[in-house]
Amino acid sequence: MDTDMTQRPGQPSAMSEGGPWGSRDEEPSTGRGGDGPRNPWTPPPRGEPGGRGTRGPSAIDELLRRARDSFGGGLPPRAGGRAIWPYLLGGVALIWIATTSVHRIGPQERGIVSMLGSYSRTLGPGINWTLPAPLESVAVIDVEEIRTIDLGSAGEESEKLVLTGDQNIINLGYSVRWNIRDPQQYAFQIADPDATIAAVAESAMRAVVANVSLTDALGAGRNAIESQVQERMQGILDTYGAGVRIQGVAIKQADPPDAVNDAFKEVSAAQQAAETYLNQARAYSQQLAAQSQGEAAAFDKVYEEYRLAPDVTRRRMYYETMEKVLSGVNKTIIEANGVTPYLPLPAIRPRTPTASVEASPQPQQGGGQ
Amino acid sequence: MSSVTRNPVILAVLATIALFVIGSTFAIVPETRQAVVLRFGEPVRIYNSYKPNETFGHTGAGLKVRAPFIDQIVWIDKRVQSVAMERQQVLSTDQLRLQVDAFARYRIVDPRRMYISAGSEERVVDALRPILGSALRNELGKRRFDMLLSPERSEVMQNINRSLNRVAAQYGAEIIDVRIMRADLPDGTPLQSAFQRMRTAREQEALTIRAEGARRAQIIRAEADAAAAKVYAASFGKDPQFYDFYRAMQSYRTTFAQDSQGETSAILGADNDYLRQFRGR
Repeated sequence: MDTDMTQRPGQPSAMSEGGPWGSRDEEPSTGRGGDGPRNPWTPPPRGEPGGRGTRGPSAIDELLRRARDSFGGGLPPRAGGRAIWPYLLGGVALIWIATTSVHRIGPQERGIVSMLGSYSRTLGPGINWTLPAPLESVAVIDVEEIRTIDLGSAGEESEKLVLTGDQNIINLGYSVRWNIRDPQQYAFQIADPDATIAAVAESAMRAVVANVSLTDALGAGRNAIESQVQERMQGILDTYGAGVRIQGVAIKQADPPDAVNDAFKEVSAAQQAAETYLNQARAYSQQLAAQSQGEAAAFDKVYEEYRLAPDVTRRRMYYETMEKVLSGVNKTIIEANGVTPYLPLPAIRPRTPTASVEASPQPQQGGGQ
Repeated sequence: MSSVTRNPVILAVLATIALFVIGSTFAIVPETRQAVVLRFGEPVRIYNSYKPNETFGHTGAGLKVRAPFIDQIVWIDKRVQSVAMERQQVLSTDQLRLQVDAFARYRIVDPRRMYISAGSEERVVDALRPILGSALRNELGKRRFDMLLSPERSEVMQNINRSLNRVAAQYGAEIIDVRIMRADLPDGTPLQSAFQRMRTAREQEALTIRAEGARRAQIIRAEADAAAAKVYAASFGKDPQFYDFYRAMQSYRTTFAQDSQGETSAILGADNDYLRQFRGR
């Protein structure tokens, strides 16, 4: 665990021994151990002196000789080795402590502190101090972030078919938004929170949809379904102690399955058609009303005149009409009385029958467009 | 000995050994796990076993001691876990086949029993899964299909929960919740026939809508005709004879107008009313 700490007393007090580089202060600056940092693990070469380019080879040689005499082993030089690596270790330990005992918790985060595995406290936002790493560890959890789970969306190739209460089937896509309410529970209570929430969402959604009719599920009752699913999910997750809050459930898509989509389109087409019939009938009605009123008004006007001078008006109208009619036709006047005239009638040309166009064709029952 | 303290190689080796001993003497038991301490394969102690209503921080988690090298620790999850059941075909009493997905949430509450009876968590899941499946089939097989889509479902779930809990208790587990995730018609005939039913229902609806539209349109037309007739009658009824004359004149103009189709040849008798003055009488 704290091996670095145990090394500290291991610093011999033989500082004033007076190394080959002259007497030094109590605190030599780290990394200035004479010939610079050297690897303390490799013993210097034994045979040839000056194998490593150090300053003052003679001093080193002498020192090595002395060392070999006293220990009989290839130990690194006492002064150099001893001066450097306890400080290195100390430095590492300091950095270690500094980095693992100071924690910056953001404004939307909480830090869960475990003391040797056991929960001790929750850190709020700001700079927080804990004991260094092996003793206390911190798990930072974002409690504000709204996470979203999408279940069955329009993009998927496989439909998410859900049974409704009247045993119809709809293709449903929805998303669940949630965040962490209780970081401790979230961290300690549930093995796989995300998968749990997804499974609970699925279960709750199907349970709710199984109690509504197809038409409600397809549109009218969407909001009710959403809020019911949210409530139900929250209830279930609370019994698990999941420590999450369901922020909302949104149905993004509620369509009839592809297999029956044409039939549903047929219904809306029928609605359009019915609307068309009504519009046509209304148009006819308007037209007829205008026409009848117009004709009646015209007759009324003429009748007003006629009543003032019946005979004259009548004759006038008669002659005017005859003029108009007879001016454009071939006329034959027969004067002979009692003589049967021979009339060469012109060959009657076939007349194109003028089909009287009905104002409204009778709608065909159940026909297509 | 002073030589030893000054020799980094030996020191490092010693430190490593010390660490190893410390590591096998102490164990950090986190909040999320229960520890079964085995001595020569026999469970001797349990750390941090689950108790209801305990607060975190006052559980059995923390730094624990064991005898190094002879005590082993088996870790068992303390959290709520899930058993997902493979899809099951369930036949309801009205002979409808259903595809059912379900899951159970459970927690190991007796790690010692669990270790003795199952050995590992996977084995618990493997034991629970078939039970969940068969309990589900039993319960749902006693009921009608439409009941599955109704609020009565909770009773079914409680029954399944009970039978599953009986088995789970043998493995030191406790069932928290059993839920049907999905109950669907299986692909193929059942699904297709449901689709067919939906289709015909829609087609029927479409026909009804059309017919209704046509009916209302007809009524509107008839009402218009009636209204027009009323207007005519009110106006023309004032003097039927004059109307007859007036309308005849209109009709002649329309019938014999030059732009009307066909050619008109008029043969006028001498005593035609129009030619009265023509004869100079």
